[in-house]
Amino acid sequence: MTQLALVIDLNVCVGCQACVTSCKEWNTSGSAGPMGDQNPYGADPTGTFFNRVQTFEVGEFPNTETVHFPKSCLHCEDPPCVPVCPTGASYKRKEDGIVLVDYDKCIGCKYCSWACPYGARELDEQQQVMKKCTLCVDRIYDMTMAPEDRKPSCVKACPTSARLFGDIHDPQSAVSLAIRESGGYPLMPEWGTQPANHYLPRRKTRIKIHEDELERADNPLKVDRQLPRPAMDEPTLDDVTTW
Amino acid sequence: MHPAFSVIFLTTLIGAAQGLFLALFTAQSYAAFKLLPQPDAHAFYGQGSLLALVLLIAGLGASFFHLGHPERAWRAATKWRTSWLSREVIVLPAFMGVVFLYGLAHWLGWHPVMMTLPGGLPVDPSAILGVAGTLLAFALFVCTAMIYASLKFLAEWHSPLTVINYILLGGASGFSLAAAFAAYTAPELVSFLTGWAIIITLLGLVGRAASLYRNARLKPKSTLQTAIGIKHPRIVQKTQGFMGGSFNTREFFHGSSVGVLRAIKWFFLVAVFPMPVVLLASGMQGATILLAAAFLVQYAGLLAERWYFFAQANHPQNLYYQSIA
Amino acid sequence: MLAANATIPPLQEIKTTTCYMCACRCGIRVHLRDGVVRYIDGNPDHPLNKGVICAKGSSGIMKQYSPARLLKPLKRKVGADRGAGEFEEIEWEEAFATLAERLGKIRATDPKKFALFTGRDQMQALTGMFARQFGTPNYAAHGGFCSVNMAAGMIYTIGGSFWEFGGPDLDRAKLFVMIGTAEDHHSNPLKIALSKFKRDGGRFISINPVRTGYSAIADEWVPIRPGTDGALLLAIIHEIIATGLYDREFLVQYSNAGQLINVNEANDEFGFFVRTEVPTEEACYEPQDKLWWDRTTDRAVVTHKPGADPYLLGEFKLPDGTPVKPAFQLLHERVKDYTPEWASQITGIPAEVIRRLAYEMGVTARDQKIELPIAWTDSWGNEHDTVTGNPVAFHAMRGLAAHSNGFQTIRAMAILMSLLGTIDRPGGFRHKAPFPRPIPPCARTPNDPRAVQPNRPLDGMALGWPSDPDDLFVNDDGSPVRIDKAFSWEYPLSVHGLMHNAITNAWRGDPYRIDTLLIFMANMAWNSTMNAVEVRQMLNDRDENGEFKIPFLVVCDAFHSEMTAFADLILPDTTYLERHDVMSMLDRPISEFDGPVDSVRVPVVPVSGDCKPFQEVLIELGTRLKLPAFVTKEGERKFRDYPDFVVNWESEPGSGIGFLAGWRGKGGEKSLRGEPNPNQWEMYKKNNCVFHYELPKSYQYMRNWNKGYLEWSQRNRITRYAEPILIHIYSEVLQRFRGAAQGKGLTRKPPQNLRKRVETYFDPLPFYYDPLEAQLTDKHKYPLAAVTQRPMAMYHSWDSQNAWLRQIHTHNYLYVNARTALSQGIADGDWIWVESQWGKVRCMARHSEAVEPGTVWTWNAIGKAAGAWNLTPDANESQKGFLLNHLISEELPADAGMGAGQRMSNSDPITGQAAWYDVRVRISKAEAGEPEQTSPQFAVMKPYPGMKTRSSILAFLGIKAK
Repeated sequence: MTQLALVIDLNVCVGCQACVTSCKEWNTSGSAGPMGDQNPYGADPTGTFFNRVQTFEVGEFPNTETVHFPKSCLHCEDPPCVPVCPTGASYKRKEDGIVLVDYDKCIGCKYCSWACPYGARELDEQQQVMKKCTLCVDRIYDMTMAPEDRKPSCVKACPTSARLFGDIHDPQSAVSLAIRESGGYPLMPEWGTQPANHYLPRRKTRIKIHEDELERADNPLKVDRQLPRPAMDEPTLDDVTTW
Repeated sequence: MHPAFSVIFLTTLIGAAQGLFLALFTAQSYAAFKLLPQPDAHAFYGQGSLLALVLLIAGLGASFFHLGHPERAWRAATKWRTSWLSREVIVLPAFMGVVFLYGLAHWLGWHPVMMTLPGGLPVDPSAILGVAGTLLAFALFVCTAMIYASLKFLAEWHSPLTVINYILLGGASGFSLAAAFAAYTAPELVSFLTGWAIIITLLGLVGRAASLYRNARLKPKSTLQTAIGIKHPRIVQKTQGFMGGSFNTREFFHGSSVGVLRAIKWFFLVAVFPMPVVLLASGMQGATILLAAAFLVQYAGLLAERWYFFAQANHPQNLYYQSIA
Repeated sequence: MLAANATIPPLQEIKTTTCYMCACRCGIRVHLRDGVVRYIDGNPDHPLNKGVICAKGSSGIMKQYSPARLLKPLKRKVGADRGAGEFEEIEWEEAFATLAERLGKIRATDPKKFALFTGRDQMQALTGMFARQFGTPNYAAHGGFCSVNMAAGMIYTIGGSFWEFGGPDLDRAKLFVMIGTAEDHHSNPLKIALSKFKRDGGRFISINPVRTGYSAIADEWVPIRPGTDGALLLAIIHEIIATGLYDREFLVQYSNAGQLINVNEANDEFGFFVRTEVPTEEACYEPQDKLWWDRTTDRAVVTHKPGADPYLLGEFKLPDGTPVKPAFQLLHERVKDYTPEWASQITGIPAEVIRRLAYEMGVTARDQKIELPIAWTDSWGNEHDTVTGNPVAFHAMRGLAAHSNGFQTIRAMAILMSLLGTIDRPGGFRHKAPFPRPIPPCARTPNDPRAVQPNRPLDGMALGWPSDPDDLFVNDDGSPVRIDKAFSWEYPLSVHGLMHNAITNAWRGDPYRIDTLLIFMANMAWNSTMNAVEVRQMLNDRDENGEFKIPFLVVCDAFHSEMTAFADLILPDTTYLERHDVMSMLDRPISEFDGPVDSVRVPVVPVSGDCKPFQEVLIELGTRLKLPAFVTKEGERKFRDYPDFVVNWESEPGSGIGFLAGWRGKGGEKSLRGEPNPNQWEMYKKNNCVFHYELPKSYQYMRNWNKGYLEWSQRNRITRYAEPILIHIYSEVLQRFRGAAQGKGLTRKPPQNLRKRVETYFDPLPFYYDPLEAQLTDKHKYPLAAVTQRPMAMYHSWDSQNAWLRQIHTHNYLYVNARTALSQGIADGDWIWVESQWGKVRCMARHSEAVEPGTVWTWNAIGKAAGAWNLTPDANESQKGFLLNHLISEELPADAGMGAGQRMSNSDPITGQAAWYDVRVRISKAEAGEPEQTSPQFAVMKPYPGMKTRSSILAFLGIKAK
C-alpha cells in the first residue's frame, strides 16, 4: 500500500517561506481553492494557508540553534481527524494515503480540527469548510504536466530542497531512505497517530585538527627563512648548557 | 479551546431538557408505584414535555450557529459508526421525537393499557415512551459528552468524569427546572423533585470538583520537545509563521486572562452548586420564586461552567502557536 | 475528491519570463487562465534557479493585482504641500511635455541641475546612458547605500566581487565561511548551493551578530559585534601567516605579495612599487614592470622571470641603495599586533575560537586540495596540466559593507581569501563574466568640471573606477562636481555614488542647487533614506521666496508609497509581468561561474491602466530631448520603443556590442558580439528568456591570469586588455591617494581639511578602526549596536501591499538578547524606546537568544506610514511596525573634525558606502500609559486618483479577467 508523504529536512531549511506562498498560489487557484484572506490590506490580515513555516530558538546564547520548522498536514496513517467527521467529508484515500476533505460534504463543524493534535486544518472563513494540505493531489497525478512537475507545489518551490516527497511504504524510495539514514522522526509520537510526514534532524559537520597537523615540513615560512614558531633567535637550552 | 456560545447553549439547553424529561418520567414512575400522588398529567407531563422540547429546539437551533454549512447538517448523520458527533446528531432528534410523543400521550390523555406487568402494574404508551426517552436521554448525554471525552489530545476532557458530569449537571439543572415547573403545575411533587435536584446537584459538585482536581494535576503529554522533535530543555517559539491570527489562533485559544478564568471558575462553582442548593432547600415548601431562581441561577452558572469547560481544555496544537515576530 | 472545484479548467497558457520580486532574477513560468495570472513557478530550465522559487516569487500574483498600484500619471495639485498626497490625474502627453520642456531648458543651460537617481541598479545600462547623454554627472543607482564596499573592496583587491560578480564555489568547497550575510544577496542560488553543500558533508561556519536564515543551518555560529569583522579577519590573517598556513605558491605567482616596495620614507616614491621603467602608455592594466627579490640569485629581478622565485619576507637594498620590502613583508608587519587576543577584546569572540577558525581555514585549504585535470596556460606562457583548488569558500555582504570601516574590512577578507589561495579556483571564490576586470576596471568619470556642457553628452561616464587622484571628478579647487560629492576627496572611490546624500545636499545647496530630481523606484522618503523624518521635511522645504528648495521632483514607481507622495509628477511604472527588461552584460548580468549569462523579461500580461515601463519613458524623453543616442542625425526618432532600442542600439556604429549578448548577428547565429538581430527577442522567448554561454573548461578557472580566457575575453570585447590581473595584497591605488594627502608626487592634492582623513583611511594595507560614528559617540551612553536585515519573504518596502507576504511580516519587533533586555527590566513583548544620538523610536521588544548581547536588530522596511501602500490607516505596518531609519543620520555629527560647517556623509571615507550599521543606541522600557503604538507617527496618507479600491476580503479564485 502506498503512503505518500513529505519528509522535511530541518538540516537545510532556512525558513524562507517559499513553500508557504507557493502552496497558497497553487491551491487558491486549484481544486482546493479559493483560500480566502480577510483584511488583506488592513489590520491583522489573516487567511487560509495549508502550510506554515515557524521559527524556534533552542538553547541559550551563545549555544543557540535557530530552527525553522515548516508544518502542514502530516497525512497520518491513523488520522484522528477522519473517524470523528460526522459526514464523511474527511477521508483518507486507500490508494495513496492522502487525507482529504470533500468540500461539498463538509458542514463546517470544525470537529476534525479539534481531533488533530497538530493544528493542521484551517476553516476557510469565506467558504466555511475545512481545508488542509492535499499534497497537491491535483498536480501529482496530472499527466498533462511534465514528470518533474508532478509533485506538490511546495516541494517544487523549495530552494534548499528541504522537502522530499514520495511513498514512505516503499523501502526503496528516497523518502524512506532519508528517514532511515538521516534519523527521520514523526511529530508527537505519543499520540499514536503515525504521521506519514517525517522530519530530519540537524546534522553537524565538524573538523578535527590534530596539533601535529598544523605545521608541515613544507611550511612556506621556511622558504622565506622564517621558521614557524619558535623563531631561530629565541633563547634555547643551548645558550646556557655547557656539559 | 475557544468557548463557542453556540456549543455552550447547545449542551446546557439540551442537558437541562434531558434532565427535565428524566425528572418527568421519574415522577411518573414513582406515581405508577403509588410512591407519589398522581399529578395533573396534562399540565405536568404534557406541558413539561413541551418545555423540554422547547429547550431541545433552542439547543438545536444554537448548534446551527456552530456550523459553517447548516444547510448540509443532515449529512452529519452518516458516520455514526465512528463519530460521536454523528451519533449525537441521530440521537438528538430521536430523543426530541420521543419527548414529543411522550408529551402528546399525556396531553391527549391517551392511556390505553397495553400490557400488565407482573404485580398488576398497567403499562400504557407513555410508560413505554418514557422508558425509551430515558434510554435516549442517557444515550444523548453519553453522545454529547463523548464528543469531548473521546478526544484523547484534550486531556482535560478525555476522562469518564466528562460523561458523568454531563449527566449529573444536565440532570441537576433538569430536576431544578422540574421542581420550579412543578411549583406551578404539580405542587404535590415539589418536595420530591427538589430533593432529587439537591441530591443530583451535590453529586454534580462531587463530579465536577473531581474533574477540576484531576485537571489541575494533569501533566501535558505533548511538549514543545515532542511537537518539533528536538530534545532540549529550553525551546522557545519566536514566530508561528504569520502575524494577524489564523483559524488556529482563533479556534483553540480562549484569549482571556488567568484572572478572568479564575473568576469564572469561582462563579460557576458558587452558582451551579451551593446557591441552587440553598435556594432549592429554602423553596422546598413550594416557594415558586425561590425554585425558579434556583434553576435560573444554576443555568447561568452552567453557562459559565461550560465556558470554563472549553477554556480550560488546552489543545496540543497550541504548542505551535505561541509567538509572533 | 475535492468535489467543490473539480470542474476548474486547467491552466491554459504558460509563458516564461524573469522574476523581479527581488533583484535575484530567477527564471519563472507564468501560468495563465483566461488571461489572469494563476500560478508562477520556477523555470526548471533556467540556469540561475533551476526550477525553484522563493516566497516572494510565488506571491507575484498579489503584486500584479495589488490595490497599491498606480494606474495614471499624476500631477501634484497646485498649492498642495509635498507629502500631502494631493494629486490630479493627467495624461502621458502632458507628463512628457512638461518634462521635455523643463529638462530641455536645463540641458540647454546647466545639465547638472538635473539629477537622476534610481533605486535599482540592474537597469544601469539604460539609465546610466540616458544620464550621460543628457550631460549630467548627477546619476547613480542605489549601490552607494547598498553594498558598494563589497563591490569596491573586492574589486580593488581581486578584480571581482560577490553576488552578480562572483561567488563561493559550494559545489566543491569543503569549508564555507559566511560572514555578515543576512537572508539575501544571493537568494535562491545561494539557498540551492547551501543545501547541496551541507548534504555533501561540507562544514558551514556563520559569523554574524544574529543567527537567522542561512546562519540557522550553519554547523557553527560565531556571534560577533557589528562593525568589528575587520579585527577578526586581521587576527585570522595574523594567525595564518604566523603558522605558515598561506598558499605561498599562489601568492607569488598570482598576487603582488612578492613585489618590492620602496620603503624609504624620505623618498617621493615611498610606498610605491619599484618599477623597471616608467610606464609610457596611460592604460588601465598593470604593466609587468615590478621587481621581485629572487631567492636563487639573491638580487632583484623582473617579476615572473622564468626560474625566479621571490622572497615574500625580508628587507632588501636595491643596487642604488633604496631599501625595499616585498608587499607580503609589509602585510606581515601590519598584522603583527593584530593577535587573536587583541581581536577578542574588540569582537567578543574568544581568542581560541579565532585561532581555531584560522586553523580550520588554513589546514582545509592546504590539506584538502582539489586537482582537476584541466589543462590551461597562464599569462606568462606556463602550461599547467591541472587546475588546483583550495576548498575554502567565503561569502559576505552588507554586514561587512554597511560600516564606515567596511572597505578596509572587505580588503582584509579578500586578502585572507587570497592568502588561502582560493581566488577563481575550484572550491573557493569564482568569478562571473564580465569579471575579473582590471584593478581597478577601466571605466572612468571625467576628471574635469568642463566635461559638463550645455546640450552636450557628459564627456565620460557618470560612474567609474578612479585609480589615482587625477581621476577624481572635482573642480579646480578640489571641490566636488557631483551633487552627491561622489568621486571627490570626501569619498574618492565612491564608485556607485552616494544616493543617500543626494536629497540633503540638494536641499542645502551644497555643493549647489539643482532643479529637477528624478527618482526611479526608491523610497527616499522612507526606508531607503537615513534620517527619514528630516529628509521628508527637506523634500517639502521652501526657500525665502516660497519656492521649493528642490524645485521639481519626479518619481517613477509602480506603487503608492511614502516617496510618491512628495512628487510633483508621478509616472506610473508597470509591474515586471507587463514589461520588457534586459539583464544586460553591459550592466549586471546573471552570469554563472562557467560563463556569461544574460536574460530578459517579456510581458506576459497586458499593461494595466495607463502604466508605462520606465524604459519607455526614458526612450521617449531621450527622443523628445533629441539626445544623440536616441535620434538620427536629422533629429528624428531612432527607436520605436524599448524592445526596438534593445535590438538595434550598438555601443558604436558597427561595434556589434549591444544590450543583449545572445542570438546576435542577422540570423541570431552569433554570440556576445554581432550585428543586430531583428528576431532577438523572439529567440530569447523561445529559449526560456535566457542566454547562457558556457566557456571551455580551460577558461573557467584562474581567469585573472588565464591567457586563454583573457584573450577570449579581449576578442569578445568583454575586456580591452588581456593582461594578467594580479591580486592587490598591497594596494598601490590607495597609496596614491595617501601619498597625495602627504603632499607627495605630482598628482592633485586634497584640500587641507581633508588631508588627514585621506591619509588615515587610504592605507595600502588593511587596518582596523572603529566605525566613524562610533568614534564620535559616547558608547557608555549608547551601548548597543543596532542593525537590520531583510527577511527572505519581503523585499524592502515593496511587499507590504502584497496580501500574502504581509501576513508573514505585518509588523516588526526589535530583537534584544534576553539578558540585555532583562537587565533593563524589559519583558518579552514590552513596548520600549530605542534612542540614538539622532532620534528615538517606540516599538515592541522581542527577547532572543540568537543575537549577540551588544546588538539589537529588526527586519528592515516592515514599518510603514499610515495609509501608505494603500493599506488601511490602522494596518499593523504603521501602528506596530517601525523603521530603524529614524535613528540613523545621513551625516556625521557637525563636528567631525573636518573644519567649520563642513558636514560629512555618514559613510565609508573611502567609498561613500552608507554606514547603516554604525548606529549606536540605548533601550528603555516605555512608560505605563504610553500609547501602544509605534512612534514616530506621520499624517495618514490617502489613495491617489485612479487607484483601485482595496477589498476587505480576497478569494483569489473569484478574480475574473476583465
